[in-house]
Amino acid sequence: MALEGSQATAAAERRAGLGWRVARAFVQRREASILVIAAGLFAYFGLSYSAFPTHDAIQTMGDFAAPVALITAGEVMLLICGEIDLAVGRVFALSPIIMYLASAPAPDGAGLPIWIGALFGLLTALAVGLVNGFITTVLRVPAFITTLGMLFFLNGINLKATNSFQVLTPGTHAFNVVTGEYVPHLLFNAEFYWAVGAVIVVQFILTRTRWGLHTIATGGNPVGAAEAGVDIRMIKIGNFMLANLLAGFAGILDSVRITSILPLQGGPDIMFQAVAAAVIGGTALLGGAGTVVGGFIGVAVLAILNIGFTIAGVSALYFDLIIGLAILASMIANVQVARLKNLGRLQ
Amino acid sequence: MSENGREAIRVEHVAKSFGAVTALVDVSMHLKQGEVLGLIGDNGAGKSTLVKILSGYIRPDRGKIFVNGEEVSIRTVDQARALGIDTVYQDLALVPTLSVYHNMFLKREEVRGWGPFRWLNNREMRARARRAIDDIGIGTLRSVESEVATLSGGQRQAIAIARSVHTGASILLLDEPLAAMGAKEGEIIIDLIRDLKAQGKSMIVVAHNFIHIVAVCDRVNLLQHGRITFDKLTKETSADELTEIVAAEYRASRRASAAR
Repeated sequence: MALEGSQATAAAERRAGLGWRVARAFVQRREASILVIAAGLFAYFGLSYSAFPTHDAIQTMGDFAAPVALITAGEVMLLICGEIDLAVGRVFALSPIIMYLASAPAPDGAGLPIWIGALFGLLTALAVGLVNGFITTVLRVPAFITTLGMLFFLNGINLKATNSFQVLTPGTHAFNVVTGEYVPHLLFNAEFYWAVGAVIVVQFILTRTRWGLHTIATGGNPVGAAEAGVDIRMIKIGNFMLANLLAGFAGILDSVRITSILPLQGGPDIMFQAVAAAVIGGTALLGGAGTVVGGFIGVAVLAILNIGFTIAGVSALYFDLIIGLAILASMIANVQVARLKNLGRLQ
Repeated sequence: MSENGREAIRVEHVAKSFGAVTALVDVSMHLKQGEVLGLIGDNGAGKSTLVKILSGYIRPDRGKIFVNGEEVSIRTVDQARALGIDTVYQDLALVPTLSVYHNMFLKREEVRGWGPFRWLNNREMRARARRAIDDIGIGTLRSVESEVATLSGGQRQAIAIARSVHTGASILLLDEPLAAMGAKEGEIIIDLIRDLKAQGKSMIVVAHNFIHIVAVCDRVNLLQHGRITFDKLTKETSADELTEIVAAEYRASRRASAAR
C-alpha cells in the first residue's frame, strides 16, 4: 500500500545533489551541527586570544557549564514530554538551603550529618517536582503558569529561610571532595564530572529505556500515546521530579564549590540558560524530539561564548544578543525541519 | 447471556456522558466469536465512544461488559490488551517523531536486563516489526527505522493495523480503518479484514461507507443517539437499505429542528 509515497521519496533522493544530502545529514543529527558550531567558536576564540585556550579559562568554562548542564539534562526531558519548569533555578537555591538548615551546627541548623542534610535537600527538590507535576497534570494548570507561581513562591521561601543572608556551606572534607571542591591535577572540579555522568545517564534513559520512549511519545502525540496505553500523567510527573532532582543536586554541588549558600543564587537566569541550551541543542519546545547530548553541547556553546566574550572584553550586552539570535535560529531550524519531514522531503 | 460461550464481547446497558453531553444513553450489543460486526451511525452517534470503552481508554458510567463469556472491568488499555482486545483508533495513535518499530511496540516494548535495570531490545523489536509488516502483506515500507512523520497516510494506516494484529489479539476494534484511504488502498484493507477473519479473529469495524460494510461484515448494528437501533445480518440487508435508514433519520431530525 501507499507505494506512491515512498516512490516519490526515492525519486527525490535520486535528484538530490551532494549539498542536499549533506544538509540532510546535518538536520538529522542536530548534535553534529551544533558540535561544529561549538568547535568553530572554540577555535575562533582560541586563535584570537592567547588567554582563551589556557588551563584557567577552560576551568572557568567548566565551572560555568556544570550546573547549567545538570539543569539542562532535566529540562530536556521535560521539554520532550511537552512541559517546562521555570522554577528549577529556585530549587537550585532551595536544596542547599535545606541542607544548611539540616546540617549547620546549632543554633543555625539541626546539626545532622552533612550527607543526611544533602539527602533532605534532594528529597525537597523531588517534592517540588511532584507538586509541579501534580498541579500541571491532575489540576490541569499549564506548566508555564504552575512553575511561574512556584518560581515566586520558592523565592519567598528561600529569602525567609535565610533572612536574605548569605551563609557558609557546611560540610566535611570527604563530602566536599566528592561534591564540588577542586582536586589538584584534575582539570575540572567534581561538579563538572557529575554533570557529564548525569548527561550520559539521562541520555541513556531517553534513548534506551521504556521511560525515554514513553517520554518522547507523550510529547510527540499525547492523545495517541494515551490511546496506546502510556500513562502520560505519570511520565510528566516523573520528569518534573527528575528535572527538580537534578536542579537541587546542581545547587548542592555548586554551593560546595563556591563555599557559600545564597538565597538568590541561580534563579531565572540559570533556568533560562538551561532552556536556551536545550533549544540550541535541538530540543523541540513543542515536545516529541530532542537529545540530552545536544543540550550539553548547547551548554558548551553558552560557556564558550560567555568566557570568550569576557576574555575579549566584550560587553555583556553582546552575550545576550548572540544567545537571542542563536535561540531564534535554532527554533526556526527545528520548526522548518519538522515541516519538511511532514511533507515527506526528509527521511 | 453467553451460556453458549460463543460470544467474544457482550455489552449490556452501557452509558457514558461527558459533562452535559450524553454520548451513549443505553447500549446493549454483542460480537460473536469469529464474526465481523459493522458499526454504523451518524457523526456524534457515539461509535468512537463505544470503541474507546471496549479498548480501555475511557470508562463507562454504568453497564456491564462480558469478554468471552466472563464479566470484566476494563479500566486501562493494558487490561483490554490482556483480555485479547486491541484497537486501531480513528486517529491511528501513532507518534510521528518515533520510528515505525518503536510505534509498533509502544507500551509493549521488548526489554533486556535485570530487575529495575532494563533497556530496550531494539534489535528484537526491529526484526519482529519487519516480520509483522511483511506478514500482513501490506507495505512497501523501506525501513522500520523510518520516522512515522515521513510516511504517507496509507502507510500509517497499515502500521497502525499491523501494530494491533502482531501481538496476537483475538478481538480487534477498527475505528474508521478506511477513512484515510483511496479506493485502491481501501480494497487492500478490505482484503486484510477478510484474512484476519479467516484466521478466526473477531472484529468490530466502524465505517461510513456502506458498500464496504456490506462487502466485509457478517452483521450490521446502527448506533443512533446513543442507542443501538438496528441489528441485521448483512445478507438480509443491503447498502441501499442502510443508506435509506440513515437518510430517513437525517430527514426526521431536519423536520424536528424545523418544527422547533
